[in-house]
Amino acid sequence: MRKVIIAGTGHTSFGNLRKYKLSEILAYAALDAMENGGNDLPPIDQVIVGNMGAGILNHQTGVESAVVSTLNLEPASAEMVVNGPASGASAFKVGYMAIASGMADVVLVTAGELMRAVTGWQATDFVATLTHPDIEYPYGITLPGYAGMYLRAYMDKYNISDEMLSSISVRDHHNGMFNPWAHVQVEVDKEAISSGNDAKVINPMVAKPLRMYHTCPVSDGAAAAVLVAADLPDIQKKLKHKPVFVSGIGSATDTHCVHNRKDLLKLDAVRLSAEKAYKMAGVKASDIDLAELHDAFIFLELCLAEEAGLFPRGKAIEAVLSGKTDIKGQIPINPSGGLKSKGHPVGGTGMSQIYELVKQLRGDAEKERQVENPKTAMAINFGGFGNNVVTTILQNS
Amino acid sequence: MSGAYELELSLRPPEIKRIPYPSKYITLASGEKLVIREARREEIPFLLEIIEPLIRVKDDFYDIVAARFYAELLGLYRYRVRDEFCLVGSINGVVASLCNSRMINEKSGMSYHTMTVKRGLRCGAQMFAAKMEYHIEYLNQEEVYIVAESPIGFRRWMIEYQLQPRFEFQHELGGPPSYVLTKDLYYQTKDRLVAGIRPVPDELLNICETLKGPEEYPQIPNWKPRWCK
Repeated sequence: MRKVIIAGTGHTSFGNLRKYKLSEILAYAALDAMENGGNDLPPIDQVIVGNMGAGILNHQTGVESAVVSTLNLEPASAEMVVNGPASGASAFKVGYMAIASGMADVVLVTAGELMRAVTGWQATDFVATLTHPDIEYPYGITLPGYAGMYLRAYMDKYNISDEMLSSISVRDHHNGMFNPWAHVQVEVDKEAISSGNDAKVINPMVAKPLRMYHTCPVSDGAAAAVLVAADLPDIQKKLKHKPVFVSGIGSATDTHCVHNRKDLLKLDAVRLSAEKAYKMAGVKASDIDLAELHDAFIFLELCLAEEAGLFPRGKAIEAVLSGKTDIKGQIPINPSGGLKSKGHPVGGTGMSQIYELVKQLRGDAEKERQVENPKTAMAINFGGFGNNVVTTILQNS
Repeated sequence: MSGAYELELSLRPPEIKRIPYPSKYITLASGEKLVIREARREEIPFLLEIIEPLIRVKDDFYDIVAARFYAELLGLYRYRVRDEFCLVGSINGVVASLCNSRMINEKSGMSYHTMTVKRGLRCGAQMFAAKMEYHIEYLNQEEVYIVAESPIGFRRWMIEYQLQPRFEFQHELGGPPSYVLTKDLYYQTKDRLVAGIRPVPDELLNICETLKGPEEYPQIPNWKPRWCK
């Protein structure tokens, strides 16, 4: 397979962008990526758009064609990749495959979602449509509902308290304060949201024991990347930035229905996707210098880190509490602020995670949240309730 | 005594005697203390200055809320609205959010507006809760009439409090259908939605005695208010 370089990356702010069309925010992120990549790159011959639900949320289909036209990129070929909340990383994977296979030389991947076009409960219902249409959705299950049940089992098994969990929220919000794209830029105080006198009002239950500050916001936003084949003539000389290489990508699935899994607390698709990515990149979990983990519900960071072998089972919380996952810690997690603070435009999140890895590997992150000298970085984008997961590993050498 | 003075007196509405809102403080998710107290009449011109820039913000219906709130507070300041009050929430003395309302009579209240300058910490939700607390617990009223002018307001009030529709009642703000918070509903939701501790420690209360304007408005990027220029 050909080697693939990420030449440019782009991002919109995450938050409330409902005054724009979906194709506009996808195009804005794409333009940012193209500008970041510079003018010397060969023309784009393939566009991949990642999105989960424009048809439902925005009453718009054919978004990939709209994006190409908005950017005047005709006659580049264009496709849409849909994989629930992992659409962004899947779109990136397909873009990678297009170059690695030799079908394309330069690919633009742009992924995003415009969720605030609908009300919060409509957005929750929209995401819930990824559950089984006969034996999950009709009974009222939502993703926060699943998260609440899962969290209860996880807290019981590993003896984790609400206050311990809140440490993740505190760290994420602190990191997000320095990320100019982050949706919720507020510092959070652990005592205030967990044990303070007003905690039950200011941090209400969403799906017991899951609380508001354990949950990501509903966001609009997009992120993009320009990928190029590393074997193009003189391509390294044409890059504006230090090259970042796509070293490993793995994806895996698990049962659609959560109740069909042998062990509720084992997320096999996460483990398998990480193992595939490690193998492809030729690295081990201990080689990872930083990770962006899909914490739509903050405890997922713990589960994903454990499944990916960053910490033993049940021990990830100790790493958080001891500061190992802080920016200056042994293995910084979610330096972007994570989904908790940065936000979660579902179809765009995976691409946004990759944007962050590139920024960190180039050494271009804001100084307050720049990880020291990273070489290998990993993102895990979690689709469904763990039924379709994509792991991506990038390296700067 | 001039005729103008007497005329002015005849233009001023009568007042129902009421106890002032007892100040409280709420620890927000950021750890900051939001002190909620009743605004004094002499503070209203400054509060109008704080509200005024938001009249031009279309997002989230700030424009209509700010324009109406401005007029209502001006009415309070110049004695043209009957039995109105305004609560102000401040953090370290900096105004974070405001709300106003009025008594229709001894038994019923008429909620007007709730508006927040500082966003992301649910200050507006706390102000609305404080307003309801004042009507029901301290003014001992039976019910409060409420309308929403924005989707955020509808979610926060009608949905979260599960307010009862009272569409046959015409709210003073006009247009939208009217809902009502009854005493029963208030006490059913109080544990979940009403926060705060009393009394406010003197040190904290003293800081909030002199109100300051926010240094920035998240609703108006890159714009500096007069007191920061």
